[in-house]
Amino acid sequence: MLPELNHEEILRYSRHLLIPEVGLEGQRKLKNSSALVVGTGGLGSPVSLYLAAAGVGRIGLVDYDVVDSSNLQRQVIHGTSGIGKLKVESAKARLLDLNPDIQIDVYNEPYTSENALRIAKDYDIILDGTDNFPTRYLTNDVAVFLGKPNVYASIFRFDGQVSVFYAKEGPCYRCLFPEPPPPGLVPSCAEGGVLGILPGTIGTLQATEALKVLLGIGDPLIGKLLLYNALDMSFDFVQLKKNPKCRVCGPNADITELIDYEEFCGVPGHDHGDEGSAGAGWDITAPELAERVKTNHLKLLDVREPHELQISALPNAVNIPLGQLASRLAELNSADDMVVFCKGGTRSARALELLTSAGFKKVKNLKGGINAWAKEVDKNLPVY
Amino acid sequence: MPVLRIPTPLRAYTSGQSEVNVSGASIAEALTDLTAQYPAIKPHLFNEGGDLRPFVNLFVGEKNIRDLQGVDTPINEGDRVMLIPSIAGG
Repeated sequence: MLPELNHEEILRYSRHLLIPEVGLEGQRKLKNSSALVVGTGGLGSPVSLYLAAAGVGRIGLVDYDVVDSSNLQRQVIHGTSGIGKLKVESAKARLLDLNPDIQIDVYNEPYTSENALRIAKDYDIILDGTDNFPTRYLTNDVAVFLGKPNVYASIFRFDGQVSVFYAKEGPCYRCLFPEPPPPGLVPSCAEGGVLGILPGTIGTLQATEALKVLLGIGDPLIGKLLLYNALDMSFDFVQLKKNPKCRVCGPNADITELIDYEEFCGVPGHDHGDEGSAGAGWDITAPELAERVKTNHLKLLDVREPHELQISALPNAVNIPLGQLASRLAELNSADDMVVFCKGGTRSARALELLTSAGFKKVKNLKGGINAWAKEVDKNLPVY
Repeated sequence: MPVLRIPTPLRAYTSGQSEVNVSGASIAEALTDLTAQYPAIKPHLFNEGGDLRPFVNLFVGEKNIRDLQGVDTPINEGDRVMLIPSIAGG
């Protein structure tokens, strides 16, 4: 039995009730349905706002982060007054202001192999709005094991992807991406940036697909992948097929329970972008570097992109962007004492790996990057 | 000439080009031409043994070469080949 709508709800959803494909019964279906939104960031913002406005009866929000001012360029569910608050609480308040008739359940915890099945099992649909590879593989596997649709969207700079991975009826995420890219190949948004409107465009498409699946209308993107580029304003579609060799949904699947996804992807399950470390013995902190430059002659190597130098820079640093480093090693002297840095320490850790494998022995990574220098040594520099 | 569409994360290795004209009658030949034009992209597409990396997805038109003949899939004048990247931002 679907729940009834009261008079206030009939007025609130009247524009839906007028569409025959939704109608009174469809709206009652939405009231009876539940959606889990993993990640309350760029994608999670429009997704949860539109699902709440549309009257999805119960929405779960998973996130463990707090609102930071650098989020607000795209995470429109949060406001300036929410800076420092838990994202799930900031989002819940906004959603209940938008629609007090629905239920918002919050999970202020990282989404991990330990809790994901427990959290997701009571939802009709899962929306993947996470920001890192380990959590994307986890979200996929949870959906496959629980037999639920995984409405997928992903963004980078000007590019977006949308699909509905539903192993019961089509391919899953692993059918398309059996393995993650090697760590460091694909920069995160914290490292590489993202157009603020992009998650709005892509998250809105993701929410559209979720509503279609919940209502059982239209042709959801099952077996299809949408590729969007904002600069070209291009929408391309490709066909996806079930991969017979898929390790979670194929006939000979050998992954039958959740695994250690951080180990599988070789990267941490978060995207803060300001915690880059090259590992024990290879790091130097900003205050340590400030002491060392007083007495030693150090070569400073900045592996950021040239446009980032306009935001902040260290005097006398040599700039070779990470992507060019392998082909420009001849410009460096392996006998020099060298400190490599970037924005937050992630790209420079990759650069350090490249340098050490090329025979450079006297190199260190500036932990936390130039942002750590700006916070701890030279407060005249901005943090970005 | 077939056109190879380069995704944003790999454009750093193609001098920012979003599309590259490639010559060749198969995906393998087109990729050989691509890596000859832009050698820096090679390690991102192929492993040390010279095999295409598993996370690299190539589509001719709407079809995944995995569902066709892999890197031996023939391509024709004017075909659009898309390299589809793994991206994870949210």
